[in-house]
Amino acid sequence: MIDSRKLDPNFKYEVAKEIGGENIKHCFSCGTCTVGCPVRVLDEKYNPRKIIRMVLLGMRERVLKSDFIWLCSQCYTCYDRCPQDVKLTDIMTALKNIAVREGYIHPAFREQAKLLGENGRLYEVEDFDNKKRNKLGLPPVKKKFNDVMKIIENSSLKKVIK
Amino acid sequence: MRYALFLGCTVPIRSQNYEISARNVAKKLDMDLVDIDEFSCCGFPVKSTNTETSLTIAARNLAIASEKKLEICTLCNACTGVLTEANKHLSGNDELRDKINEELKKYDKEFKKGVKIRHFHRILYEDIGSEKIKQKISKDLKILRVAVHYGCHYLKPKDIYDGFDDPEDPKTLDELIKVTGSNLIDYKNKLDCCGGAILGVEEDLALEMAKNKLDNINSIKLEMAKHKLDNIYIEKVDALITQCPFCTIMYEDNRRKIESKFNVEYHDLPVLYYPQLLGLAFGLDHKQLGFRLNKIKATKILEKLGLE
Repeated sequence: MIDSRKLDPNFKYEVAKEIGGENIKHCFSCGTCTVGCPVRVLDEKYNPRKIIRMVLLGMRERVLKSDFIWLCSQCYTCYDRCPQDVKLTDIMTALKNIAVREGYIHPAFREQAKLLGENGRLYEVEDFDNKKRNKLGLPPVKKKFNDVMKIIENSSLKKVIK
Repeated sequence: MRYALFLGCTVPIRSQNYEISARNVAKKLDMDLVDIDEFSCCGFPVKSTNTETSLTIAARNLAIASEKKLEICTLCNACTGVLTEANKHLSGNDELRDKINEELKKYDKEFKKGVKIRHFHRILYEDIGSEKIKQKISKDLKILRVAVHYGCHYLKPKDIYDGFDDPEDPKTLDELIKVTGSNLIDYKNKLDCCGGAILGVEEDLALEMAKNKLDNINSIKLEMAKHKLDNIYIEKVDALITQCPFCTIMYEDNRRKIESKFNVEYHDLPVLYYPQLLGLAFGLDHKQLGFRLNKIKATKILEKLGLE
């Protein structure tokens, strides 16, 4: 049941202001996104058409607190096939961005942000890695990227990974 | 032909077989892949949590490429997608570009329009071309039967790739595989996503996505006969060809997990990066192609080709 008193009619405008969220209001709920979705076919929890509908109705808290927004595999199948150019993959990204700012972040993504904040790359590079590379005749890789670490430090992700 | 080699995070640490084979194949084709020490992570890992930060990291890399006046050559599909998309966004949106450049100033960098990014295999297809590749081939691989997995971000979203190939019916990597003489075997869910991006979010679901592809490839039974009058015998696909480290992690590194979780058996179907296959056709030593680093050993292939 949807409780209309709990709806936030401004949510769709909030999403539309995000990078890639601009076209959300174009959706006419045809479901092309959902029939082609490789995640939806295995798990009904993730339903892109329903998620867009929930945003348009203003179900802000339920969407942002949900687990399902983190299930998009970012394959862009729906994005390419959408007849209304809603750019669904980007909307899922926009929703996750807003969720993070509200304090909801999936631990897997927190971990990735943390690694980038600590090393400027997704893996901690050990001496062993460069020794192995050297043996293979490959040039060494840098262990840390200070610029990237600072970019994370200057962003709102700093709060999330502390 | 000079290109700035963009390794990203995963290839140089987890997929050195991809890197070493790509470098040796490039050498054979007189391509100059320049190492740029300053290239960092592409920005993909924080796109879901903070798109603007991801754009800043991508833009920093793009700024470095434009300082060096070099086109970027990527090996990972995710790096290709994020860098290409950032380049499009920042080139077409003055306000966003100014905002990102304001942040980049702190690092003495500036994003400028005009950078080009392409995946190594797109460069092989567009700049080198089948004909020139064919001229370098010294070993016919017609004994091999392989299936291909493109990976999503190689061609999608299509609006960032300027009409290169068709994501609904891709052909370019097919053609590059056929050039080696290998037989390309079609299968049902060729376009399906590997699930890599949600492996950390819901592992069972991601593994099931990878499983469904492996199921289909494994169920292909090829009826073979050495000579017309011989009895027919059944063969399986020799290898799955990939071009992205994340897809390979799903189909190779997670193989045992998938097999035990779903009680299936894929008979050690090897996963090869495309340059490993091309390198064999070039007659390069399998040590130069990193075969030793494949987690699922491709011994059968090497034996079939008389290389081991």
